[in-house]
Amino acid sequence: MRANGVFADLIGQGPVVAELESAATAAARIVRGQAAAGMSHAWLFTGPPGSGRSVAARAFAAALLCGEGGCDRCPSCHQVMAGTHADLMLVRPDGLSYGVKETRNLVLRAASTPSGGRWQVVLFTDADRATEHAANALLKAIEEPAPRTVWLLCAPSAEELLTTIRSRCRLVTLRTPPAREIAAALVARDGVDPQAAMAAARAAQGHVGRARRLATDPRAARRRDEVLAVPGRLTGLGPALAAAAALVKAVEAEAAAIADELDGSEQEALRRAFGEGSTGKGVAKAVRGSAGAIKDLEDRQKSRRTRLKRDAYDRALLDLAAFYRDVLAVQSGADVDLVSAGHEADVAKVAAGSSPETTVRRIESVMTCRERIAISVASLLALEEMTLALAAG
Amino acid sequence: MLGTMPARAAADRTRTGLTLVVGEEDLLVERAVSGAVAAARGGPEISVDPEISADPARAAGPASHVDAPAGVAGAEYGPPVHDVAAGELALGDLAELTAPSLFGGECVVVVRGAQDASKEVAGELTGLAADLPSDVTLVITHVGGVKGKALLVALTKQDARVVECPKITRLADRVAFVRGEFRRFGRTVDESGVRALLDAVGTDLRAVAAACSQLAADTEGTVTEAVVVRYYRGRADTTGFAVADRAVEGKLADALELLRWALAVGVAPVLITSALAQSVRLIGRVASAPRGSSDAELASEIGAPPWKIDVARRQARGWTPDGIARALAVVAEADAAVKGESASPGYALEQAIRVIVACRAR
Ligand SMILES: [Zn+2]
Repeated sequence: MRANGVFADLIGQGPVVAELESAATAAARIVRGQAAAGMSHAWLFTGPPGSGRSVAARAFAAALLCGEGGCDRCPSCHQVMAGTHADLMLVRPDGLSYGVKETRNLVLRAASTPSGGRWQVVLFTDADRATEHAANALLKAIEEPAPRTVWLLCAPSAEELLTTIRSRCRLVTLRTPPAREIAAALVARDGVDPQAAMAAARAAQGHVGRARRLATDPRAARRRDEVLAVPGRLTGLGPALAAAAALVKAVEAEAAAIADELDGSEQEALRRAFGEGSTGKGVAKAVRGSAGAIKDLEDRQKSRRTRLKRDAYDRALLDLAAFYRDVLAVQSGADVDLVSAGHEADVAKVAAGSSPETTVRRIESVMTCRERIAISVASLLALEEMTLALAAG
Repeated sequence: MLGTMPARAAADRTRTGLTLVVGEEDLLVERAVSGAVAAARGGPEISVDPEISADPARAAGPASHVDAPAGVAGAEYGPPVHDVAAGELALGDLAELTAPSLFGGECVVVVRGAQDASKEVAGELTGLAADLPSDVTLVITHVGGVKGKALLVALTKQDARVVECPKITRLADRVAFVRGEFRRFGRTVDESGVRALLDAVGTDLRAVAAACSQLAADTEGTVTEAVVVRYYRGRADTTGFAVADRAVEGKLADALELLRWALAVGVAPVLITSALAQSVRLIGRVASAPRGSSDAELASEIGAPPWKIDVARRQARGWTPDGIARALAVVAEADAAVKGESASPGYALEQAIRVIVACRAR
């Protein structure tokens, strides 16, 4: 079953799509002044990374603001996707957390009347990064919502928000999309060969964007191969240091490629949004507005680059951890599909040459490296510590 | 190599009016050229050199400037100087430059980049060098590579004073250069001072020369590491590397003293962990490199300048692969401590340095 319109990008989330579509229908009745049940003022989208939390929230925002429940064709839908809709406030962390001042300003703006006569939507990505003071300011707004204001919060899990906020939000939980559904979407939407699609979906471990990149960008697939080739090469001090340096290079290249791609398509969308409906008197205003919007976009893209780099390291390390979990599975004789598809020979070799105890220690080294990178330890240094530990066994 | 020092080069001069400056080290080439020109013109820089004032072939030099017409090619002392690029010369230009002038005076011709001379100009240049008029001083520079090699061979066959200025790449040559610079200013520098200065300034010879002259002007007594470090205290990376060098060399007391001092003057702890990581890493890469790799090969593979490779090779003595692995893990731990919420980054760094020194003995 595949959804249409703005919800088409949500993969493997059938029940969530049904719930959001019916809420959007109820919201449309409210706009027309009819009685309706099933709409809420505050929503919390949670789910594992790559499952589509912010995709779902964005699609829901489009559905609320569109006259046809999220057609994905009208100017309103395009403006939501480009982040330029007048009644949509997108809040993203610039640094690593939100301050209370920004949140207060936001609360004030959120109470204003929607210019399009439908809803005022505030989409808060990574709401878990709000500071405690900021969260308290947010709480007041959610407790006494303006009649036409909708709050959409996204966070990896509900536990990461204040209980008081959590209890006032309607919870939307996305699941890890099954590999089968990701593969089907890759075949249907990106024209990927079914077998390659399945391998990419399994390798991505439920991360839709990652699966798509693995299946459609040969560079991404090659970079994953580079990561998974590391364990087989760690034969001593020199190779371990060289492998760490090569990993840094591969990961940073992947992060840069993703950032370039996102930057490009956002700029494209922004231009399209400003191009639409800008005839006559509107043109001058649109041009003036676009300069500010482009500057704003560039600032956000810069801070996103930093986050993307950290995410890319995390993915590489998760790939590596999955490799050693595959090794452990082979060592314990479990009959499961290996995540490290395409690297079965490497898995078998490492499994035969080490004990399960060593493998457990190795997984721990990879996890230590993840923690180090999360607190901004120099990436090369953290990776060297890890590859040296992996080489030592 | 010390023969390339301009001070020595001036003393080496023979009676020939032909000077050949060969090599790519720009600073030294420039010094050799201006030394030769100054000698020919009898300017004040050189006239203090007794050997030169005693040189009968040049005795007319200092005297002739008195008669030199004002306004000749910007000359203040002595004969006019023609400074030309070989690549821009056409056949006959040299003959014109060296033709006897109305005033019948001497002249100095500097031909730069002889390797770029056209075939005809190269022939003219060789001819001029072979039969140099007694009142012409000719200074030729050549980078010394394959290009224009025939010309270089032909020129060296003449009775020329040759000044070699090859690119300085080895640490030992860099050290000799620094010592020579301080000697020029009548100062002495000890080994720790040379090292600290090279660490602080890097490999660019002009920057090194400028630093030497600054230090000579602004400090007193023997130039030691302490003097250099105090002078460069604003440059945080300098002190980070000084700490790291002492640590990987196993000099615990020195390393700790420098660490405390660095923290006292406000060097960020992360710069010290970063320097420690770089030092240990480089030792690891150098120690694990295949036998017989040259500094240059390693430098390009690792992406560090050759002189650093040279330093790391010496520092690598006393390190085992196991010790290096442990030391890097300790630095990672310290980096986590100073970036996390460690109550005392200073303590974390001190502990790391103690463990690194202990790892060295393993
Ligand atoms: Zn629409």
